[in-house]
Amino acid sequence: MRVRLLDIAHARSGDKGDTANVGVIALRPEWYPVLATHLTRDRVARHFAGVIEGGVDRYELPNLKALNFLLHGALDGGGTLSLKTDAQGKVYSTALLRIELDVPDAEARAAGLPEAP
Amino acid sequence: MSRVVRVAGGQGFWGDWPEAPRRQVEGGPVDYLMLDYLAEVTMSILQKQKERDAAMGYARDFVGAMESVLPAVVERGVKVIANAGGVNPEACAAAVQAMAARAGHAGALRIGIVTGDNLLPRIDELLAAGHALHNMDTGEPLSVVRDRVIAANAYIGSTPIVEALAKGANVVITGRSTDTALTMAPLRHEFGWGAAEWDKLAAGIIAGHIIECGAQCSGGNCLHDWRGIENLADVGYPIVEGNADGTFVVTKHPGTGGRVSVPTVTEQLVYEMGDPHAYITPDVVADFTSIRLEQAGNDRVRVFGIKGAPATDKLKVSIAYRSGFKAVGSLVYAWPDALEKAQLADRVLRERLDRLGLHFEKVLSEFVGASATHGPLAGDAGRNAPEVQYRIGVRDADKRKVERFTREIVPLVLNGPPSVTGFAGGRPKVEEIVAYWPALVDKRMVQTRVEVR
Repeated sequence: MRVRLLDIAHARSGDKGDTANVGVIALRPEWYPVLATHLTRDRVARHFAGVIEGGVDRYELPNLKALNFLLHGALDGGGTLSLKTDAQGKVYSTALLRIELDVPDAEARAAGLPEAP
Repeated sequence: MSRVVRVAGGQGFWGDWPEAPRRQVEGGPVDYLMLDYLAEVTMSILQKQKERDAAMGYARDFVGAMESVLPAVVERGVKVIANAGGVNPEACAAAVQAMAARAGHAGALRIGIVTGDNLLPRIDELLAAGHALHNMDTGEPLSVVRDRVIAANAYIGSTPIVEALAKGANVVITGRSTDTALTMAPLRHEFGWGAAEWDKLAAGIIAGHIIECGAQCSGGNCLHDWRGIENLADVGYPIVEGNADGTFVVTKHPGTGGRVSVPTVTEQLVYEMGDPHAYITPDVVADFTSIRLEQAGNDRVRVFGIKGAPATDKLKVSIAYRSGFKAVGSLVYAWPDALEKAQLADRVLRERLDRLGLHFEKVLSEFVGASATHGPLAGDAGRNAPEVQYRIGVRDADKRKVERFTREIVPLVLNGPPSVTGFAGGRPKVEEIVAYWPALVDKRMVQTRVEVR
């Protein structure tokens, strides 16, 4: 089943130098395992290929039903150096939520995931 | 029922809502008002101001904020803690005392001044003593940019703020203290937490992280159910109700707008997060994977379970240095084919820069309305936009080149693609770039001082 991340998670992003961080939070606690399984470091790195210049780090926060991604080389140098509209990475959050996940049907049905329109 | 200490967040950055501090002290009971003014680049701006005028170099908005909360401080004993001192906490304190005297409250304020964070006069001494102040991101030693450094401040922790409160200060003004220490210090002071009670100190730091960005934890900038968050016009700023055991509740004053819920607090917790296992501060290393949240009533979130680990022997140093010049200009192209027109304008402008022999360290073109924020991820959605803003910026060490660039944008209005407007601002201005150099220094090299006036 195709599942839009936008329909199962919310997110907030910020900056540290030239790195943007995106915290992705499950909209329902029972959807966190889906994020933990399918929203991998590689999936996110593939999504941002050609958009960011560096690699991706991923951390799990099961206590908050959240994942934290660090997107390196995302801000044209960051801070005052950056020429970007989004110099502080404030809207990388919704750029990440553009991801669509391929979740096996049985798993998706068991978790009650909404199918992508 | 054990004692609760209420710390209210009233400013999330220099430029935050001027109404917020007064609303926080008038909307209900609070014990402390915490005001955060300093972002990474703020210290360098303040340093430049101090060079022009020795009585400047602090966040001047703080004087107005103090004036707006003065009755609560004088009559009800609310205490204020702020990192508004910038590179000149003494001058900041003097300005606040002068304001209080004018308002008929001379002698009512006992202001604790925390200094010692400013390392600018000591850089050569530190370098000579073998502290290379390597850039934490690139690994380069500071010597590479030494002659261009204009500010250097160590991030200091809660200890000197606690000392000022213990000496009877009802206002504490610091320079570059960490944002989180401004909230943790009053909790540590009130509850007598020791310097090695890592779990409690970590809890105080996380309380600080939650409220240091003002309303960003109470409904502001919240993606979760954003349409359903009511009355943002009257948004309530956050309040921490701290307990002696390190647990706390995040809430806001009754009747205010916005929302305090597990999702609004979680969004703020993950904001600007690095490795969640090790949130490093001068006081403690906090573990964000230990945090437990629970909705404990309307607009009340209980926070508990927090674990901390011993602090490191380093302090982070925020160094600012001159790093060339930049300018960004823009024009707006209208339907039909707005994006295509803007893209042609970009090709024309770049060809003209080439013919002038102007090459820059960086040229960045963006098409606002089509792809500026999400780049290629936005797909084709901008193709039929009613208008697109063409935005182009350059960066270079040579100021003359950047200045020449600023003269090439507006001519496009008459000698480029059609359906163009939005040039009322004229030529963009050239800005000097003050870049940020994060480094570490041994803690023992930094001695803070506290004076109560």
